[in-house]
Amino acid sequence: MSVKKKFKGLSDKAVGWLFIGPTVLLLLAINIYPLVYAIKMSFTNFYANKIGREPQFVGLKNYIKVLNKEAIWEKMQVTASFMFWTLLLQAIIGLGLALLLNRKFKGNELLTTLIVLPMMLSPAVVGVFWTYLYNPQVGLFNYVVNFFYDLGSFDMIGSSTLAPWAIVIVDTWMWTPFTMLICLAGLRSVPNYLYEAAEVDRASKWQQFIYITLPSVLPFLLLALLFRGIENFKMFDMVVELTSGGPGSATELASINLKREAFEKWKTGYSSAFAVILFVTIFGFGNVYVKVMNKIKER
Amino acid sequence: MILLFVSLFSFSVNSNAKSITLGWAAWDPANALQELTKEFTAETGIEVNFEFVPWPNFADRMLNELNNKGKTFDLLIGDSQWIGAGAVYGHYVKLNDFFDKEGISMSDFSPATVYAYSTWPKGSKNYYALPAMGDALAWAYRKDWFDRPELKSEFKKKHGYDLGVPANWNQLYDMCTFFQGREIDGQKRYGAAINTERGSEGITMGVTAAMYAWGMEYENPNKPYDMEGYFNSPQAVEAVEFYRKLYEDCAPPGHSDAYMVANLDAYKSGQVAFQMNWYAFWPGVSKEDSGGRVSGFFANPKQNVAAATLGGQGISVVKYSDKQDLALEYIKWFARPDVQQKWWDLGGYSCHNDVLNSPSFPTSTVYAQGFLDSMGIVKDFWQEPTFVELMLPMQEAIHDYVVNGKGTAKGALDKIIEEWVEVFEADGKL
Repeated sequence: MSVKKKFKGLSDKAVGWLFIGPTVLLLLAINIYPLVYAIKMSFTNFYANKIGREPQFVGLKNYIKVLNKEAIWEKMQVTASFMFWTLLLQAIIGLGLALLLNRKFKGNELLTTLIVLPMMLSPAVVGVFWTYLYNPQVGLFNYVVNFFYDLGSFDMIGSSTLAPWAIVIVDTWMWTPFTMLICLAGLRSVPNYLYEAAEVDRASKWQQFIYITLPSVLPFLLLALLFRGIENFKMFDMVVELTSGGPGSATELASINLKREAFEKWKTGYSSAFAVILFVTIFGFGNVYVKVMNKIKER
Repeated sequence: MILLFVSLFSFSVNSNAKSITLGWAAWDPANALQELTKEFTAETGIEVNFEFVPWPNFADRMLNELNNKGKTFDLLIGDSQWIGAGAVYGHYVKLNDFFDKEGISMSDFSPATVYAYSTWPKGSKNYYALPAMGDALAWAYRKDWFDRPELKSEFKKKHGYDLGVPANWNQLYDMCTFFQGREIDGQKRYGAAINTERGSEGITMGVTAAMYAWGMEYENPNKPYDMEGYFNSPQAVEAVEFYRKLYEDCAPPGHSDAYMVANLDAYKSGQVAFQMNWYAFWPGVSKEDSGGRVSGFFANPKQNVAAATLGGQGISVVKYSDKQDLALEYIKWFARPDVQQKWWDLGGYSCHNDVLNSPSFPTSTVYAQGFLDSMGIVKDFWQEPTFVELMLPMQEAIHDYVVNGKGTAKGALDKIIEEWVEVFEADGKL
């Protein structure tokens, strides 16, 4: 029986609903319902581990508490710094690598494969093996640094000055290939005739880059950074394996703190308020970013 | 065919009915228990399945299971600090009636272990676990290095007393700094592998070993939950400062997030003269002495008072289990003195008086006397139902001060009290 016959009698709209129905139901069940439930919980003093204790409505108390807590702002600062440096480095290095790999040379494909390997690994595994690479006694990272510049013994994970850089380096190592791939797709979509016309107009390589390459690849780069920004705002596993948020709270990102509040301290109401604040933050930034990105695309 | 199906089905039902699952941490004593339990299965026909969870995930995994009223485990060997939550939130079966019926007397077990592992409220006659594994934080040292004449004389010349088991924390520090950076047999060595772990409970268990020895109390004995002037007393502050000094001057490089396994590794690889760790690991350390390594063991040194951080666990029946009767049968068997003796022989730390008071016990292993000494002086972290909420701020603040070098010891302890007050207020205790 053909699909046409099977759905005979159903309007196009009904068929459409039939197709998207299961997805909508799933979304409602696993995304929207928990979100609404979390918002509801955020106005209570609910503790998920205190069995038999009914949650009481506390109004905006949890939100006020979260926003007034100095430690929360410290975590947000750590998260912002982590995001800024990882996105900056991934944009610069990713674009650089994409420009390099956009040229035709022997071994190009092999090199591309090798460069994208890190992003195929599990973040938890990456976190664990970088703890060995950062080991001050036997770690390869310290050995390489000391080979070029003798810094003596230094502990990337144990120092509050170096630990934030330790997580930035690992995230950059792991996810720059992602930015590179997206930029590469952008570069390969630039029509050759633009460069040919520029050559005819005697434009220098630098002018070609500024006036043709960069504007063409910018929407792609911004898209990659949007994805990476959202991911890094939620970053958890790699950092937990690498530093556990330490030393002290030097690398305790907002997501790690949220997990500790929600599933170790079991402050469900409070952590729901924190989660809602984080959600609104990322949603707000995401929307503004997309609008800016669309404007750039329109130009 | 139908008969075959029916017989297979009934076999499966029977085998399920005659099996229980025990949850514990994945470490050496768990393997010893697995070995010991073979006798239980041989005697009763009840199969015991084991689920051992690595230490860093142990609390998360087990407490989530209990909070979700999970039926995965019939028996749980849970940390001493969980007893409050187990009792108050109804996760554990109260064992008083069962003990009375089976003639199991808590007076047959070491009082410190009954207090720590079994009772809630603390010191009451309400029992929620049978003491299963006695443990305390202690020290192992490289006796072979300590016995070297040239090192002994150099140390004596420098410090005016013999290189040996430290009588107090100051001596421990002297000895650690003596070995720090020293070359022995062509290899650079360090002082001590101490607890610095951030994620679970490591640095808290380590720093409290010093704080207890300095005489820290969590609260006013006459006014529960009144912590000001007790937990942040000058002695407690001094102990935390000392612990930081020990970390800065004596730990091997990169030892900034270390607990049980990392300490063992640092010791086994010959990096350090001392390691701080639980008694549970000493059978393995002692057994693995080779290549000239000779290990000595001693209880936590005293400073102002003799005290040690309590470890260890009791075995409880999970309230949500459908096989409580079989689980209780296991506890009945495990409480038997002959089984307890075998438990010790296999490398488990029995808490039964018949084992501990046996004349041969102190000399039965090189660490047995230390274990006896320690179990008489143990102190534990809060055993409140909210112990995780209490543990986390301490982990953060102490790690921030000791490893990160941020702020002051007094500031760290004040910050912890502030957080603890909030926890106790939310719990209705304040």
